[in-house]
Amino acid sequence: MTQPSAPPAASPRRTALDAVHRALGATMTDFAGWDMPLRYGSEREEHQAVRTRAGLFDLSHMGEITVTGPQAGQALDYALVGHLSALAVGRARYTMICAPDGGILDDLIVYRLADERFLIVANASNAQTVLDTVALRATDFDAAVTDDRDGYALLAVQGPQAPGIVAALTDADLAGLRYYAGLPGTVAGVPALIARTGYTGEDGFELFVAPGDAERLWEALLAAGADAGLVPCGLSCRDTLRLEAGMPLYGHELTANVTPFDAGLGRVVKFDKPGDFVGRAALEAAAARAAEQPPRTLVGLVAEGRRVPRAGFAVTGPDGTVVGEVTSGAPSPTLGVPIAMAYVDGSVAQPGTPGVAVDIRGSREPYRVVALPFYHRER
Amino acid sequence: MSINPEQLRYSKEHEWVGAPEDGVSTVGITSHAADALGDVVFVQLPEVGASVTAGESCGELESTKSVSELYAPVSGEVTEVNQDVNDDPSLVNSAPFEDGWLFRVKVAGEDAELLTAAEYDAFIAG
Repeated sequence: MTQPSAPPAASPRRTALDAVHRALGATMTDFAGWDMPLRYGSEREEHQAVRTRAGLFDLSHMGEITVTGPQAGQALDYALVGHLSALAVGRARYTMICAPDGGILDDLIVYRLADERFLIVANASNAQTVLDTVALRATDFDAAVTDDRDGYALLAVQGPQAPGIVAALTDADLAGLRYYAGLPGTVAGVPALIARTGYTGEDGFELFVAPGDAERLWEALLAAGADAGLVPCGLSCRDTLRLEAGMPLYGHELTANVTPFDAGLGRVVKFDKPGDFVGRAALEAAAARAAEQPPRTLVGLVAEGRRVPRAGFAVTGPDGTVVGEVTSGAPSPTLGVPIAMAYVDGSVAQPGTPGVAVDIRGSREPYRVVALPFYHRER
Repeated sequence: MSINPEQLRYSKEHEWVGAPEDGVSTVGITSHAADALGDVVFVQLPEVGASVTAGESCGELESTKSVSELYAPVSGEVTEVNQDVNDDPSLVNSAPFEDGWLFRVKVAGEDAELLTAAEYDAFIAG
């Protein structure tokens, strides 16, 4: 046994629910400068709870940025690749912020809370970059960009039982709240932005609340969900849930070295929106390149054996040459075998391509190429 | 009170080794190690008949988040591997000192630095 990795030297930030996690005996981990719950017990059981019942997550490390003002929508149209000024109040969009060369700086969810008020939710690891970049790009617009990272705690209830659990604590019209929509309301007496979003491949909600209300909401949700089998869930199962759902993770599938088109997510780039936006020329070239001669393609890999591929491992083709690289890999609790996402050359990108393997510490383990996602919930 | 059984001895790589019976000792990983790994999903154990050397890698354990080398705490010839753990690696998490044992060795020599339970308690307490 090798010694588990040592804790980082710098003291990480703690969420408003830190004491709750410790009382529950969570295994904590440093994640993007935050001390976050990795798991409370068995991460596989937490994963299965979300797939079959419901799980409760503390996601307060996510970075909230508010953009307000008469030109808030136009500022975001210029700063991001999406067409946010066309977003209806109460709706949300998955979008990205790119560098002038088209490289992805972060993937984001943007909520339109009012005509002149948007909420950007960035990955913790990129929140400062997103804040600084959006602020800089908004300079010439009549819009204000505010760091709201300390303004919110974020709790997520995910899984097939999530609607019933949240409905028991709110008068808000959850049935009328579609996927990728958000509305202000009250949950368990706590003012909250109630969003039907998530990162697990299941139905569920993300609840943005004041940090001082987080513990009260957490306890109320756990109590309301006890009979339905709601359990606290850590970041470890969040990663396997999103991987099964084929959802990209920044730093793995998405980096500053790939464009949205390279990642197979060109649909988030809205060339037909009015005005210029940062990265337009480079992204038009990337779109043309993807149409003519696709760069490496993001595919799914399913193990025939039991050894687990990890990020950075080489993918090899029938003749043993390297044809790609694993970006994320884990044992899949739902499929019961290891799975991975990988960027591979066109020659092996078709599902079922024979002779594909992953080099796992010098041994070529056979893998089957599949279309993403690995898991799709029944609706 | 320690959760690490008194009758076992321990390596600094978090393996345990039982007292020899007819010269054969049982080897596993500690509950401290199993907890740190998280859910173990795959174990690669040495083969029966293979020679293992104290302090050297003789297998690996895969968990959801990582892979770890398995180091032999004693030297000798492997006489048996735990097929139940091969079939159900979660035994390493649920019963690391009992049904989750990994392999048995006809001991020819041991790691000079094996710890008693009390010493291992102090070691993992840091």
